[in-house]
Amino acid sequence: MIEKKSYPIYFIFGALVLYVVLCVIPGLIGVGYSFTDWSSYSDEINFVGFKNFETIFSPDENYLRYLTNTLLFTVFTTFCKTVIGLGLAVLLTKKIRGLNIHRAIMYMPAVISTLIVGMIFKSILNPQAGLLNEFLRSVGLGSFALKWLTNSKIAFWSVMAVDIWKGIGYIMTIFIAGILAISPSYNEAAEIDGASAWQRFTSITLPLLMPTLVVTTVLNVLYGLKVFDIVYALTNGGPGYATEVLYTGVYKEFSLGRFAVGTSLSSVMFVFMLIVGFFMIKIMTREEVEE
Amino acid sequence: MKQKNVAGSILVNGFAIVFSALMIIPLLLILINSFKTSLAASDMSLAWPTEWRFDNFQVVIEKGKLDTAFLNSLIYSAGSVAICALCSSMAAFVLSRRRNKSSKWIYLFFVLGITMPINFVSLMKVMQVLHLYNTRVGVVLLYAALQIPFTIFLTYGFVGKIPREIDEAAVIDGCSPIRLFFSVILPLLKPVLVTVMVLTFLNTWNEFILPLYFTGGTDKWPMTLAVYNFFGIYFKDWNLICADIVLTSLPVILVYFLGQKYIVSGMTSGAVKG
Repeated sequence: MIEKKSYPIYFIFGALVLYVVLCVIPGLIGVGYSFTDWSSYSDEINFVGFKNFETIFSPDENYLRYLTNTLLFTVFTTFCKTVIGLGLAVLLTKKIRGLNIHRAIMYMPAVISTLIVGMIFKSILNPQAGLLNEFLRSVGLGSFALKWLTNSKIAFWSVMAVDIWKGIGYIMTIFIAGILAISPSYNEAAEIDGASAWQRFTSITLPLLMPTLVVTTVLNVLYGLKVFDIVYALTNGGPGYATEVLYTGVYKEFSLGRFAVGTSLSSVMFVFMLIVGFFMIKIMTREEVEE
Repeated sequence: MKQKNVAGSILVNGFAIVFSALMIIPLLLILINSFKTSLAASDMSLAWPTEWRFDNFQVVIEKGKLDTAFLNSLIYSAGSVAICALCSSMAAFVLSRRRNKSSKWIYLFFVLGITMPINFVSLMKVMQVLHLYNTRVGVVLLYAALQIPFTIFLTYGFVGKIPREIDEAAVIDGCSPIRLFFSVILPLLKPVLVTVMVLTFLNTWNEFILPLYFTGGTDKWPMTLAVYNFFGIYFKDWNLICADIVLTSLPVILVYFLGQKYIVSGMTSGAVKG
């Protein structure tokens, strides 16, 4: 019995103190502050009940739009990243020249700072001199050369497209690992029985890839709900409120000194996340449970 | 049948090349334009530079105060990597080895942090109370704290694969807990520690929100924020902006190529049951 003596509990203190003080406590007191009128305009902090949440969910304000934008972003980018990422993963597990080079290149956008990706695409999506519109004009599609980031109807779609460009390599890499973990004997047997490539994909690869698919979906959803960087870097919420999401909203409230509304928005997110987090933990710890 | 295979192979290779091109062209665009003159870079095209301006980089380092920013980034990244890796591996070791219920609960409590969103507003209050606001130490500790949950999650699984017999042998030979951890367990954790350190380094280097909220002035800004600030001031000189972007991204690209194996294994562990 070496349990207690050799595995002293004080080994976890460092991690626990940092985690509790800088992550858990701010989260909890944040929920507390969302029932007050805390702001930079007055030193007094009064309890106001659910007033902040009424403000957030009232149809006269723009906050509901932050929520719907965040949800749209989450659903759309999750869907696109999954479909394209899976397609690329299937492609890059075939016999292709320079396979590793392709994989390395496609993952590269994922390691570059989002802020920098934002700046790169601000240049590419520039209506006058940007690479995209120059290209469209040169192939005779000049009528499609739009104001990608300043037209309020399409700005949010541009932001989501750039985010998909950046995030796809990561999702693809996870799918590749998942596909490679499938024993090749299934596919060989099916091929001998005369199954087409599509049949093999839908009846073998896809069902066996389900656990991976669940994980990528959770990762994409978590990322989508928390998105801030790419929106901040590309449009900072504009034009108007067209591309505003929850976290850019929090930042704006914070800069304006309306702390209570900012922290209430965060609390809405906190509740969202706890629900998603619950499922996430169930998935991520399933290995230990099964053992 | 053979013809069909050849056609299929061309199609598949073609697809791969098109997609790779889509991914790399935006990055090449920046690299090419970083060597141009201000006038040549103004239309941000993929044309090869007619006049190579290598001094762009020097200009950017001076005007963009990249030396301070580089130092800040290095302090934030190296500091948080060291603190996060050490604290997390110690905690993961003990939590994984103790087989009682409470250890399991503490572990789950940590893992829940992976999804927890940051409430910047109340975090600001906490930082001010602790006198960590607008200090480099504060930023380092924050980065370490935020990445502890995922790091514990990664190392916990790895510790479980190290046989307990090793601990027992070491303890019988008279190892103290600290010696057991640092001279027996830590060397065995090397593969996962490298993964963790590479990931923490990349995340911290690329992040910019924490310094944006929790530092008061530009003197404590990391490279990512410095480049963004520069972008605001010199928005007409795309050659300089590109040079700044290249310099800021160089460390992460370098770490990426050196540690690619570890990044992929870290990103996919837990995601794929193999």
